[in-house]
Amino acid sequence: MGLRTPLFSEHERLGARIVAFGGWDMPLHYGSQLEEHHAVRRAAGMFDVSHMQPVDIHGAGAEAYLRHLLANDVAKLKAPGKALYTCMLNAAGGVVDDLIVYARAPGRYRAVVNAATADKDLDWMQRHAADFEVQIDRRSDLAMIAVQGPQARDKALPLLPADIHDQAGQLKPFFAAESTAWFVGRTGYTGEDGFEIMLPAEDAPGVWSALHEAGVQPCGLGARDTLRLEAGMNLYGQDMDEETGPLESGLGWTVAWEPADRDFIGRDALRRLRDSGALRSFVGLVLTGRGVIRSHQKVLFEGQAAGEITSGGFSPTLERSIALARVQAGIADHCEVEIRGKAVPARIVQPPFVRHGKARIAL
Amino acid sequence: MSEVPADLRYTKTHEWVKDNGDGTLTVGVTDHAQEALGDIVFVETPEAGRTLEADEACAVVESVKAASDIYAPLAGEVVEANAVLADTPETINTSPYEDGWIFRISPADPAAFGALLDAATYEQAVEDEED
Repeated sequence: MGLRTPLFSEHERLGARIVAFGGWDMPLHYGSQLEEHHAVRRAAGMFDVSHMQPVDIHGAGAEAYLRHLLANDVAKLKAPGKALYTCMLNAAGGVVDDLIVYARAPGRYRAVVNAATADKDLDWMQRHAADFEVQIDRRSDLAMIAVQGPQARDKALPLLPADIHDQAGQLKPFFAAESTAWFVGRTGYTGEDGFEIMLPAEDAPGVWSALHEAGVQPCGLGARDTLRLEAGMNLYGQDMDEETGPLESGLGWTVAWEPADRDFIGRDALRRLRDSGALRSFVGLVLTGRGVIRSHQKVLFEGQAAGEITSGGFSPTLERSIALARVQAGIADHCEVEIRGKAVPARIVQPPFVRHGKARIAL
Repeated sequence: MSEVPADLRYTKTHEWVKDNGDGTLTVGVTDHAQEALGDIVFVETPEAGRTLEADEACAVVESVKAASDIYAPLAGEVVEANAVLADTPETINTSPYEDGWIFRISPADPAAFGALLDAATYEQAVEDEED
């Protein structure tokens, strides 16, 4: 048996199919993954993401510490509440984890890291904190609910406590607001508008059922994966990992090279890789032939092996198979994917595939 | 609990087989299998005329989650595949024992049908698998 979030009994009550994920027992779906996916694109869905780990980083040295720890630069976070997506790299330029970090106030940050990597991340963060005046607190006391979709904010706002309601209603995308106990970010992992709500574990079941009564569709990890794939968002451990870094995972935009004197972990290795000219490309694929692309299938270009699928699946919005793939530089327009021994034609596109309910690529 | 019609025969790999009474058998996947697979989004069926060995992987059902092989319950020749599944693969979810059939086969040995699992034995196999 795995770890259980404060919402586990809610999932059981709703008849969820439970699967093991990163050490946790999590809902895969509550009946139909496709219906859950469509609910998020068309109305509103909610995800229990309490397995993800908020980590508070406080202290006079917090900014300097995070500027060393993270490949993106928290110095960009001028306004309180602003969020930043970043990789945390190892010295070889591989990815220890990807995370979101919110600036809360001078010297006060909150990061949210992946469930399966949380222990490793905390260990890594502590190990690099020695030279900085900083305190790192794992917030295992918090639950987290993501409410996503065009109607998500309207459905969630009336359920927020009075002391955060107005601030949350005025949030711009990629900003967060907080009260004493709650933390609400206008962020997500679906390509839709919405909130990610961190709240005390004991408040979570009540909010979950109130959202359900307000017509928000409970969604499992299955829909979470097809939604993020359509949105062209990376999944740690699949699209990038400790061996393969941001420059070959479509995450070059998250590496802050300027200022040139900022010494972040992995910088030298990334620079050498960038200057070597041997970078592979990270692309989107749309299958034009029949079938479903799955991760680890081979990409072929003019009959030769040219790369590998990192994430593949069926896009419920586009009603065809899509994928993210790491391929040799210079291949463009058309390729093939080897599916069970057959070369099936695909088109190379620039992700995202879908944003705000609409196709972003020509079909 | 999933549905297991008493008049069909079954395999441990979750195919059902129906005797059409005209020398052909129809093959599909059980209610239990479609439920475990989740929403089905693509089906690759065997071509008519193809000769199958018993237990040969001969069709593929892909759900939102994963691809699953379908195995020939017995040796024979494929008579027809269900054309409906090309455009509406989800028919397997909505009607696993009727409209969602996958292919028809003319068995090499007509007696092989009787050696397949009966409903009670299949139900027991599913229960054992879940324990």
